[in-house]
Amino acid sequence: MSVRQRVIEPRSVQLGMRVVTLLVLLFLYVPLLVIFVYAFNPERSQAWPLPGLSTRWFVATWNNLEVRSALVTSLKAGLGATSIALLLGSLAAFAIHRFRFFGREAISFFLILPLALPGIVTGMALNSAINIGGQVIGLSFSLWTIIIGHATFCVVVVYNNVIARLRRTSGSLVEASMDLGADGWQTFRFVILPNISTALLAGGLLAFALSFDEIIVTNFTSGSEITLPKWIFNNLRLPNQRPVVNVVASVVILASFIPVYIAQRLTQEQPVRAAEQAETEPALQAVAAS
Amino acid sequence: MSTVFRRAGIFLYRFPGLRLALLLAPPLAWMVVVYLLALAFLFLTAFWRQDPVTSAIIQAWGFQNFQALWAVDVYRTIALRTAGMALAVTVTDVILAIPIAYYAARIASPRVRTFLLLSMVLPLWSSYLVRVYAWRVILSSDGLLNWSLHKLHLGSVNLGFSNWSLWIVFCYLWLPYVLLPIFAALQRIPNSLIEASTDLGARWFTTLRRVILPVALPGIVAGSIFAFSLTLGDYIAPNLVGDTEFIGNVIYQSVGIANNIPFAAAYAIVPAVIVAIYLLVARQLKAFEAL
Repeated sequence: MSVRQRVIEPRSVQLGMRVVTLLVLLFLYVPLLVIFVYAFNPERSQAWPLPGLSTRWFVATWNNLEVRSALVTSLKAGLGATSIALLLGSLAAFAIHRFRFFGREAISFFLILPLALPGIVTGMALNSAINIGGQVIGLSFSLWTIIIGHATFCVVVVYNNVIARLRRTSGSLVEASMDLGADGWQTFRFVILPNISTALLAGGLLAFALSFDEIIVTNFTSGSEITLPKWIFNNLRLPNQRPVVNVVASVVILASFIPVYIAQRLTQEQPVRAAEQAETEPALQAVAAS
Repeated sequence: MSTVFRRAGIFLYRFPGLRLALLLAPPLAWMVVVYLLALAFLFLTAFWRQDPVTSAIIQAWGFQNFQALWAVDVYRTIALRTAGMALAVTVTDVILAIPIAYYAARIASPRVRTFLLLSMVLPLWSSYLVRVYAWRVILSSDGLLNWSLHKLHLGSVNLGFSNWSLWIVFCYLWLPYVLLPIFAALQRIPNSLIEASTDLGARWFTTLRRVILPVALPGIVAGSIFAFSLTLGDYIAPNLVGDTEFIGNVIYQSVGIANNIPFAAAYAIVPAVIVAIYLLVARQLKAFEAL
């Protein structure tokens, strides 16, 4: 990758693509910017342009008990789902990386399925299961059903990050450790774990970001529990609540940008192989996010 | 403590099958119990019915939900409209994504490429609901769009809320999902391939048409899976910026308002089947290797 590739595109094409790229970036980011600006709207009306700027609704949001309890529910759900996903996702990654067995290729496809099928299918499936589970084993809609649902589609995020790292980790490291007399546990603790720690952290952050924002499946698994996205969804039509919704919305955007930014940096930390990583990582992350 | 680990380690070392089973059992059990079982229950529920008087669910087998889906015009129209929207969004997003992915992968300097990559990844993970909501604010009659159009003396188009606004919002929502696999596919193309084409006298457009796009096709199809599947199963965006019904809305209302879960389950099988067909075609085009 260090060799500069020959440029074959005519100048006009390069220029055209640059313009399209710029326009698409604007298309992607202007709406997010608009929400940030609206959070400082002093009035309840949504009319543009804003009559002025004010931070009064930030204070109102901070004092809103419903928002606070929704935030706590979302944090609990995110932490619960992330913990389960970290455990199950890394176990699956180790199994797939280390062993060759029948049906190996099918497993990663199977793990992606909850994200690749339309969200409403996953949501309806879990909803039917909880309803039937309610009659058979007394299952009811609660924080736990939210966590179970979220964990199911977060597993693949951790799995993808860990397996990408394992594939890049040289096998000779493990062999060297064994040759120097370390047993399996010591090799895991002192060689493998330090190697995959940032991948685990990145996978965990992305899983958390995914769970924290989820609404499509959550609506079908949460019953009367209110998460932060669910609170936004229930309140964004109420003119009285608009200012608070705007503040919550911009905070939610920030709350997802930060972990994702960190995760992106973590998965591209080694400068030597930065180019190679830039190739492999995003496609995997894209799949995980579907 | 460490001797326990050591002994367990030695024991496991002798039996690799057991090691594999211990690693694989928890994630596999979770996915089978939670997800496959749930899908099975969805399928099962679709054959039950709701008592029209008490609106309780009757657990008796029958095809009445599927008959209703087929016989009632409205449901067929909605299914077709949803599939049409999904196709339109997929095509638009692919057309928008190719130039920017191409620019990022093959023209931009490494530094700009890193920046562009981050710019594509960030919206993908940021709150989907807030991104729909932002458009609801922009498209409203006294919102930013109409104000800008007024300032440009273009009059006001009353876009919000219609199928047009929904189309824009869907394209906006899923664009990053389409961009990333196409970017990855374009970046994986070996330079030697393109140089060979140029050396053999092909101009850029010929190289693009005959070499670059065919090689990147699996990535393009992989990206299109997301746009298609995510549009097909969405109910939030039609709810917030649309004015007509889509499969997702009908399912959501059947669960939330009518509490007719058997019917909702039956209708949820429709997008599942459409996506399954799409995935089969995609597999033929080797898209899974590009995922």
